[in-house]
Amino acid sequence: MPKHVIVIGAGPAGLETSANLAKLGIAVTLVEKEESTGGHVKQWHALFPALLPGTEALDAIRKGMPENVRVQNKTTVTGIEAVNNYFTVSGHNGWQEKADAIVFATGFQLFDARRKEEYGYGIYENVITSADLEEMFATGKSLVNRHGNKPERIGFVHCVGSRDEKVNNLHCSKVCCITAVKQAIEVKQMLPEAEVFCFYMDLRMFGRHYEELYKEAQEKYNIQFIRGRLSESAEDQDGNIVLKVEDTLLGKPLRIKAGLLVLMVGMEPLAGTKSLADKLGLTKVPDGFIQPADEVLQSNFTELPGVFVAGACSGPKSVSDTLADARSAALAVAGFLKL
Amino acid sequence: MEKKARQFGYTITRDRQIDYDANKHDISKIVAAAEPSLNLCISCGTCSATCSAALFTDFSLRHVILLLRRGETSGLAKEVAKCMLCGKCQLVCPRNVSTRNLIIQISKAVIPAQL
Repeated sequence: MPKHVIVIGAGPAGLETSANLAKLGIAVTLVEKEESTGGHVKQWHALFPALLPGTEALDAIRKGMPENVRVQNKTTVTGIEAVNNYFTVSGHNGWQEKADAIVFATGFQLFDARRKEEYGYGIYENVITSADLEEMFATGKSLVNRHGNKPERIGFVHCVGSRDEKVNNLHCSKVCCITAVKQAIEVKQMLPEAEVFCFYMDLRMFGRHYEELYKEAQEKYNIQFIRGRLSESAEDQDGNIVLKVEDTLLGKPLRIKAGLLVLMVGMEPLAGTKSLADKLGLTKVPDGFIQPADEVLQSNFTELPGVFVAGACSGPKSVSDTLADARSAALAVAGFLKL
Repeated sequence: MEKKARQFGYTITRDRQIDYDANKHDISKIVAAAEPSLNLCISCGTCSATCSAALFTDFSLRHVILLLRRGETSGLAKEVAKCMLCGKCQLVCPRNVSTRNLIIQISKAVIPAQL
């Protein structure tokens, strides 16, 4: 009997894990709640640091997907059970299959910026999120604010919904710092006359070529970085957003207007991941992200034999980190199945 | 000493370094024991940005915490007196620092006679 693995979630993590498992001769069912595969990257215009178009990245990941991967789309996994030495997974629509191993590739959800009410998302028209901006880039239209004007000044607020215990998210989402730098550059390319400001607590430019992109933002685009976290925003009569931050390096409160404010929303654990993990009896899900058996040595294993993790369901990851993690997960599964 | 120097046409410029080893660190230990969330501050400045007192004075809780941590405590009594204890800082702090109690504990530690 050929081994069968169920991969839950068909974003970059699920696609890459499935492709690699299939290449190792394993039959894979890739379960996806939406109609099409691709996850969040479907909505992402370009990926840092080299501005690779999201669609191009997905095409490359999907290309050459082996035939022994079957995509079970439009199916939300609702049941999951360990029975003797196999697993039974079922969906909301009655779909049910057995597998020798399962891989959580359930990813993340974007922070709902309305929860930071003092920042004005959903209240002031010219406060948008990084995901909204990415959609605006994807349409290819000229960049205007909700009043139809080209904004003269654009502000980016880092760490929205990340590193914030007031919204119960202590973790750093890793990708928002570099995404803000990327989007700030893209905005300047579209509106060379505009002034662009980034408001940050720490700039975490840890990845390969992140620091280079940061330097380019300063050198080539004159993007201004202010070390201070937004406390609140308000709207003036003209629809501009008035920000209150402390310029911590000068040690003075600062007021500044922007025609468009972009909130860098972070990654949160997907709500459904925790309930599925609970059904299986995974106990190490401290903050909604699944904790691997060992974060250094066994990053794709969980505490339960036969249950694996790939991608951002175990913590925020960039697309490149996710793809590497997915390949590693495939090898971990193959090792478990003694192939 | 300064007077004499002036008589000879000189001025004395004081060393402005933080002398961490010479500074006394007992006050920060007392405050941290009374309000352990002191240690959680990441100097983001959200407290100072939202602070009502900071609009009109140079009061900054972020700055006060740093002075405390470095043992630069001589001016702290004057600093914390600028706070009105309105508590807005506590509403916005991303690390859940108990800012109002922190100010009260700093006041207790630096001006024991008044409290």
